[in-house]
Amino acid sequence: MSDFLEVIPLVVRDWIVELFPTPLQWLVHHLLTIAVILTFFGLFFAFTTIAERKLLGRLQNRLGPNRAGVPKLSILPFHLKHKLWGLTQPFADAVKALTKEDVIPDAADKVLHFLAPVCIVAFSLLGFAVLPFGRALIPVELDAALLYFFAAGTATELAIFMAGWGSRNKYSLLAAMRALAQLISYELPLILSVVPAVLVVGTLSLREIAEAQGGWIFGFLPHWHVFTPWGFAGFIIFLIAALAESNRSPFDLPEAESELIAGHLTEYSGFKYALFFMAEYFGLTALSGLGVTIFLGGWQAPFAFLEFIPSYLWFMLKLAGMIVFFIWVRGTLLRLRIDQLTRLSWQFLVPLALINLVNGAFWALTPGWSGPMLAVRWAVSAALIVIPFLLLARRLNPGRGPRTYRYA
Amino acid sequence: MLGSGILKGLAVTAKNFVGSYHDPARMVTQEYPDVPAKLPAAYRNFPFLVTENATDPMGTLRCVACQICEKECPPQCIYIEKSKDKKPDATGKPQIYPAVFAIDTAVCMSCQLCVEVCPFDAIKMDQVFEIAATDRFTGLLLNREQLAKPNTYFHQIHPEEAAEVDARLNAERKAAEEKAKAAAAAAAAKAAAPKPAAGAAPTLPPTTGGPSA
Repeated sequence: MSDFLEVIPLVVRDWIVELFPTPLQWLVHHLLTIAVILTFFGLFFAFTTIAERKLLGRLQNRLGPNRAGVPKLSILPFHLKHKLWGLTQPFADAVKALTKEDVIPDAADKVLHFLAPVCIVAFSLLGFAVLPFGRALIPVELDAALLYFFAAGTATELAIFMAGWGSRNKYSLLAAMRALAQLISYELPLILSVVPAVLVVGTLSLREIAEAQGGWIFGFLPHWHVFTPWGFAGFIIFLIAALAESNRSPFDLPEAESELIAGHLTEYSGFKYALFFMAEYFGLTALSGLGVTIFLGGWQAPFAFLEFIPSYLWFMLKLAGMIVFFIWVRGTLLRLRIDQLTRLSWQFLVPLALINLVNGAFWALTPGWSGPMLAVRWAVSAALIVIPFLLLARRLNPGRGPRTYRYA
Repeated sequence: MLGSGILKGLAVTAKNFVGSYHDPARMVTQEYPDVPAKLPAAYRNFPFLVTENATDPMGTLRCVACQICEKECPPQCIYIEKSKDKKPDATGKPQIYPAVFAIDTAVCMSCQLCVEVCPFDAIKMDQVFEIAATDRFTGLLLNREQLAKPNTYFHQIHPEEAAEVDARLNAERKAAEEKAKAAAAAAAAKAAAPKPAAGAAPTLPPTTGGPSA
């Protein structure tokens, strides 16, 4: 039964592919995969926006959107009164965004201005191709999937610069440069934080990294990387860097609404503006998927008795959990200043990630230690991350404590 | 330790999140069009005209078109035209009434001066605030029919003030009735009394130097 549920998406895909003549089958196969990813993650994006607004509301003791329901259809003899808890809000938002005027500045580079939102969405979707969504669900299986993921994800920075440059506006251009400064600063700890996992597992293939986290210690503790000292540290660094990479609060400087209006998006309106945010959410979802795959055991169940639930559901559950955590952080923290932001990256995250790399190497060199040596292995690994963390925190903190306002 | 502040902050928002589901006191949102706000009793804005009887609002307006409010209104948003004829008012006394009574709510500043100066308790402050109109020139100019609201409505929005006004008006009415009764009785007594002999009164000598009636 469980095995059948596991492969049912593949069975359905093969059945549809069989309907086409043989020379077309390879094309249909790939188009179908693309269509499923676009539909699924498009809807996932839509409902992330409503979940974000509702959760942010609750985190701030508000109700959040609960108005949008079913429109009155004149063909129905009755009117569905229920507002569906506002769950149809994304569709209303989409209609609104689509019907807005598309303003293009006279001086703008028309081609770049048009291509930037298109490119940013396309690039941010590329990452989904290599994520292992389930035991058998990998759109494209690459040996260097991790490398591909970062290469594809980094291309969004080009699109952001296209937006800033194409607007032909110094303000947008400066904002785009600042956005690039942020994205490039955080690209480094992001990649460094996943390298220990590559060292320990010994592969760049995301499928193998997810598979390596199967099994349980003492029969109940899952073998996920986040439950090891280096994995925990790596996961925290990954979370911070992923927040910054997807321009989310507290690192949402590129389009800080209250002080900058919209940064590199200033000259965009209507659906093009929405596309940038779509790309942001796609990027966030893809990065969360990567975090789940590398640190949270991928599609593995947390307990042996829960293995009857299909692996892709476990993956989506963990993905949703990550997104909810990001929303929680957004509802809590304040926006950083640009100097605080770059300092956090270069003075804190990068050194810690480099030390964590050593930690991962140590872990990769000592897989044979057992018995009392196992405790030594854990202690050394924990010390390798906790001591540098404390030292760095103490070294960087003086003079940067809570600000006192003498004349306020 | 670095990061502990962030954890504290996360705990605060998590408490908000859980609390918002079981502690209604936390939620400050008012779902306005569905659940109207509960206004304090002292809330006031545009004036309205009190009528005695809801079934015949125009016939029982307390307003007697004395035009004091029109003269006192600082932004001059009240416009009154007196009637040519008279109608019996609430106490049965024949009075003129406003043929036209209009308030331009686009100009009204809710100062309540019209209410303060009205000697007839005919104009009071209302609690409406949804006065959106599609045409600001005619839509916000309220006429007599739109302004008239029954006394029961006044009781509803300002119960204490309305009770006080009603008690006073009833006392006045009773006094007027008693006066009328006394006058009627006096008239009847006068009519019943034997007529004094013609020419007797003028013959009485004046008791004092002052002119008598």
